[in-house]
Amino acid sequence: MMFKPVLLWSDALFFLLIAVALASVFYIRRDEHLRLGWRKVGQSRVGMAAATLLLVFVGIALLDSLHYRERLPGPQATYAVEVRSALDALLGGLRSGAEKTYSAPLATHSFAKETLDHDAGRDFPRLRHGGAHLGASAEGWGADVVRRIVQGLGIGLIVWLGLWLAGAPLRRAAPHLAWDAVFVTLLALCLTAGAVALLAQGYHVLGTDKVGQDVLYLTLKSIRTGLLIGTLTTLIMLPAAVFLGLLAGYAGGWIDDLIQYLYTTLNSIPGVLLIAAAVLMMQVVIDTNPEWFATAAERADARFLALCAILGITSWTGLCRLLRGEALKLREMEYVQAARALGVSHARILARHVLPNVMHIVMIAIVMDFSGLVLAEAVLSYVGIGVDPTTISFGTMINSARMELAREPMVWWSLAAAFVFMFALVLAANLFADAVRDAFDPRAVK
Amino acid sequence: MTLLRVRDLAVSIGAVRPVAGVGFEIARGETFALLGESGCGKSLTALALMRLLPAAARIERGSVKFAGNELCGFTEAQMRAMRGGRIGMIFQEPGTSLNPVLTVGAQIAEALRQHTGRAATERVVELLAAVGIPEPAQRAAEYPFQMSGGMKQRAMIAMALAGEPELLIADEPTTALDVTIQAQVLDLLRDLQRRRGMALLLITHDLGIVARMADRVGVMRAGRLVEVAKKEDFFRAPAHPYSRELFAALPENLPAPEKSAPAGRPALLAVRDLRVHFPIRRGVFRRTVGHVRAVDGVDLELAAARTLALVGESGCGKTTLGKAILGLQEKTEGAVSLAGRRRTGLVPAQMQMVFQDPFGSLNPRMRIGAIIAEGRADADVDALLAQVGLSAAMKMRYPHEFSGGQRQRIAIARALAVGPQLLICDEPTSALDVSVQAQVLALLVDLQQRLGLAYLFITHNISVVAFLAHEVAVMYLGRIVERGTADEVLRDARHPYTRALLAAVPRIDGQEGERLLAPGDPPSPVHPPAGCHFHPRCPRATARCQADYPATSVLSETHQVRCFFPD
Repeated sequence: MMFKPVLLWSDALFFLLIAVALASVFYIRRDEHLRLGWRKVGQSRVGMAAATLLLVFVGIALLDSLHYRERLPGPQATYAVEVRSALDALLGGLRSGAEKTYSAPLATHSFAKETLDHDAGRDFPRLRHGGAHLGASAEGWGADVVRRIVQGLGIGLIVWLGLWLAGAPLRRAAPHLAWDAVFVTLLALCLTAGAVALLAQGYHVLGTDKVGQDVLYLTLKSIRTGLLIGTLTTLIMLPAAVFLGLLAGYAGGWIDDLIQYLYTTLNSIPGVLLIAAAVLMMQVVIDTNPEWFATAAERADARFLALCAILGITSWTGLCRLLRGEALKLREMEYVQAARALGVSHARILARHVLPNVMHIVMIAIVMDFSGLVLAEAVLSYVGIGVDPTTISFGTMINSARMELAREPMVWWSLAAAFVFMFALVLAANLFADAVRDAFDPRAVK
Repeated sequence: MTLLRVRDLAVSIGAVRPVAGVGFEIARGETFALLGESGCGKSLTALALMRLLPAAARIERGSVKFAGNELCGFTEAQMRAMRGGRIGMIFQEPGTSLNPVLTVGAQIAEALRQHTGRAATERVVELLAAVGIPEPAQRAAEYPFQMSGGMKQRAMIAMALAGEPELLIADEPTTALDVTIQAQVLDLLRDLQRRRGMALLLITHDLGIVARMADRVGVMRAGRLVEVAKKEDFFRAPAHPYSRELFAALPENLPAPEKSAPAGRPALLAVRDLRVHFPIRRGVFRRTVGHVRAVDGVDLELAAARTLALVGESGCGKTTLGKAILGLQEKTEGAVSLAGRRRTGLVPAQMQMVFQDPFGSLNPRMRIGAIIAEGRADADVDALLAQVGLSAAMKMRYPHEFSGGQRQRIAIARALAVGPQLLICDEPTSALDVSVQAQVLALLVDLQQRLGLAYLFITHNISVVAFLAHEVAVMYLGRIVERGTADEVLRDARHPYTRALLAAVPRIDGQEGERLLAPGDPPSPVHPPAGCHFHPRCPRATARCQADYPATSVLSETHQVRCFFPD
C-alpha cells in the first residue's frame, strides 16, 4: 500500500455527524411537519445560497478529514510520521512551495529587503516559488496574471455549465426549490475558484506568512477546524441539553430543582475562566502522557476534542433552559394529559409528545449556536487557550498575524484572508440559521 | 335618525374575501346585534368600521358613513380622533386589552386626555362609578392584575366611555366571562346605552344575548348579511334558512333524547369526601403558608349509562374535581370507587377524559390513526372512526386538517379506544359553534345509548345540561351546593346560587326571570368567606350564614342542597 489511513477521533466524530445528518434527512422525509419546514427553507433564496456555500465548506472539511500517512521509500513498510489529509494531497504545490518569510499576495519578490549574495547590496530577494516560471527578472508579471485570471474564469464557467447540466434532473424533481440562488452562488464560486486555482499554480494568491507558508493553504485548512468546532461541540452538548431540559420541565419537583441548580451554577462561572482552566489541565495531562499519541497530529487532535468538550459543557445551559420552559408548557397541554389518562408511560410521552414538539427549537438552536462557536474558537485561540498551536485554525492565524499589523508597511494579508473566510462561513451559517428560524419558529411574524 | 350607514363593505385578505359586501344601518340610541358563528367575518366587519384591520387585510370597496362623514375617506389622523372619541370599542378579552404595567386609572386618564384634552382625577373616578365599580377612587389606583375579569371588562367600558362616544362597538364583550358576571356586564351596557343615548353595535354568537339586548339583528354567514330584522320578528319567525338552522341547533331546541336509563341502579362511580388542596408556598424555604382549596369535600355517585352534569363558574374547581376523579390530579383526601372497587391513581381502561380545547388536545405531530391507537396499540381505528362519524380514510391525516368539531370527535374516539365505562367530559363543546356543538352532543347521546357509557359532564352551559344530563350537581368554590335530578335542579332550584346561575343565562324567549340574584364577583378560593361561601353575594344571607357552613338538607331521595333556607 502506498499509504496507511489514519482515523483521528475528530474524523470519526465528524463522519458520525454526517451520518446523523443523513439519517435525520430520512427522518425528516417521514415527518410531515419537519418536511414542510425544510421545504420553506428550500424555497428561501438566501437560505439556499447560504446552504450552498456551507456545503462547499463542508466538502473542504470532509476532504481535510481523510487522513493518511505516506509510505516512505524503502523495502520495509514504514510510514511517514507526518499525518496528511486528502486536501493536503490536492493542494500539494501550495503546501510544499514554502518561501523564507512574508511575501505579499501574488508577489514575485520577498516582502522585506535582505542582503543578497554576490555583493548585490540590499534588495528584495526573488521568491523561490512565487512567479518562478517568469524567470529571474520576473518580466511579464502583469500579462501573466491577467492571462491566468481570464483562463481561470473560462474554466470556472465551463465547470459551472457542466454543473448546471448535471443539476437539470434535480431541478425537474423539485421545481419549487430556489435553485436559481443555488446556481448563482455556484457560478460565483466556480469563477472565483477557477481564477484562484490557476493563479495558485504560479503564485501565492494570498501571500505567505512569517515562516513562508502559503496563506491560502492555511485558510483552507482552517475551515475544518472551524466547522468541526461548531458541529462537534453541538453534538456533545445536544444530548445533555435536550435530555436534561425536557426532564426538568416535564418531571418538575426536585428533579427540576437539581437540574436548574446545576445549570445556574455552571452559568455563573465565567466561561473563559472555566475553559482556560480545563484546557490547561488537559494540556498537562497530554504532556505527561506522551505515550498515548503515536503522532503529533493525534496529540493536537486530542487537545482539539478537549476544547470541543469543554465548549460543549459550558454552552448547553442556554438550550437546556429554553427546552425546560417549553416542556413546562407542553406538560400542561391537553394531549399530554390525555396520554397520561390513557396510561402511556412517561418515557413514551417524552419521546412521542414532548420531543417532536420541541424539535423546531433544537434545530434553530443548533444553527444559531454554530456561528457563535466558530467565533469562540477564534477568540480562545487568540488568547492562547484554544487549539494546539500546530493545529491550523482561524484563531491561530489571527494570533500569529496580530503583531504584524503594527509593522510598516503592514502585513495585512494573513489577517484579511482569515477574516474573509471566517466572515463567509459565519455569514452563511447565520443566513442559513435565519432561514431555518423563519421556517420553523411558530411565533415568527410574516 | 341614522347614525351609521354601512354600504356594500368588502374586506379582502389576499385572494380571500372574509367580508363580501355587508350593508346595514344603526340609528342613534339603537342596539344592533351582529350575529354569526366563528369565522363569518363579524369581527372583521367591526375592525373595518374602525379602520383597525390587520396589516394583511384591506377594505376592497364599500362606504361607511358615520353621522354624515365618510370614514373610508378619512386620513389616519382623522380616524384617530374618531376612534375612542365618537366611536368607542370594547374587545372580548379584558385580560389582554388592558396594559398590565399601568394602573387602571392611568389608562382611563390617557383615553380622557386623548379626547377631551384634560384628564381630571374626578372624571376618572366618575367614569369608574358609572360602570358600577365599587370604591372607584381606590380602584383607580389599582393595576389590572388586582381586578377580576368582570371588573376589568367594566374598566374597559369606562375607557370606551371616556370620549363620550355616540356609537359603542362591543365585540363579544362577555364571551370570556362567567354567566353571572356576563349578566351584570350586559345589564350595565344596556343601562349605559339608555342613559347616554348611545348606539350599540353588539357582535356576538349567542342568540340569548341577542334576545336580551338587541333592537335589531343582522345574521352574518360567510362574509354576507343573510338576514336583517327587528328582534321581535326575528325571534318569532326567522326568515332565512340559516337563521332557522341556528335556532334548531340550540340545545333547548334539539329533539330531547330518551333519558331512559333507569335510576336507582348501583353506582358505577362513587366519590367520598374528595379534597384537592394546593399548597401556597412562600419565601426562600418554600414554606407552606396556606392552601387553595380547589376541591373541598365532594361526594358524588353516578350510575352506568347516566349523565351527571357538574355545573359551576370558572375557578370553582370543577375541572380539578374531574382530573382528581380520573387520577390525573393527586387527591389530598377522599376516596374514589369505580364499580365497587376503591381506586387510587389512573384506571385507563375504565375512565377516560375528553378535554375542552379541540386544538390543544391532539398532538399536532401525530397522525390521526396513531392518536387514536395511543391507548391501545391493537385498537380497531377504522371502526372507532366510524363510531364517531368520521371516515376511515382520515386516519392518515394530521390534526391541523380538521375542524374543531372533527377534532373533538377524534378525541372521543381516542378515549373510546380503551373501552371505558365512564367518560369525563370537560366542557367538550364550549369552544365549538352552536351548530357543531349540536352534532357533538348528539354523538355523545348516541354513544351513551349504544355503549352504555356514563358521563361526568363538566360545563357552565345550562342549556347543554338541560339537554344531556340525568342528574346535576352545582359547584361553588370547591363544594357541591346542590344536587339532584336535572328536573329538580333546573325547575325547582333551592340554593340561591343555583337560582342566580339559572336566572343569569340569557334566554332566547327574551324573558328574564328573577333579576340578578348574585351581585359581585366569586371570591378567591385562597380566602373563602367564613361560613357559607356564597353569603357575600346572597340576598338571603343572615348572621348564621356568616358563621357556619350549612349542612346538607335532604329534600327528596335525590335532591340535596346545602343551604340554611332550602325552601
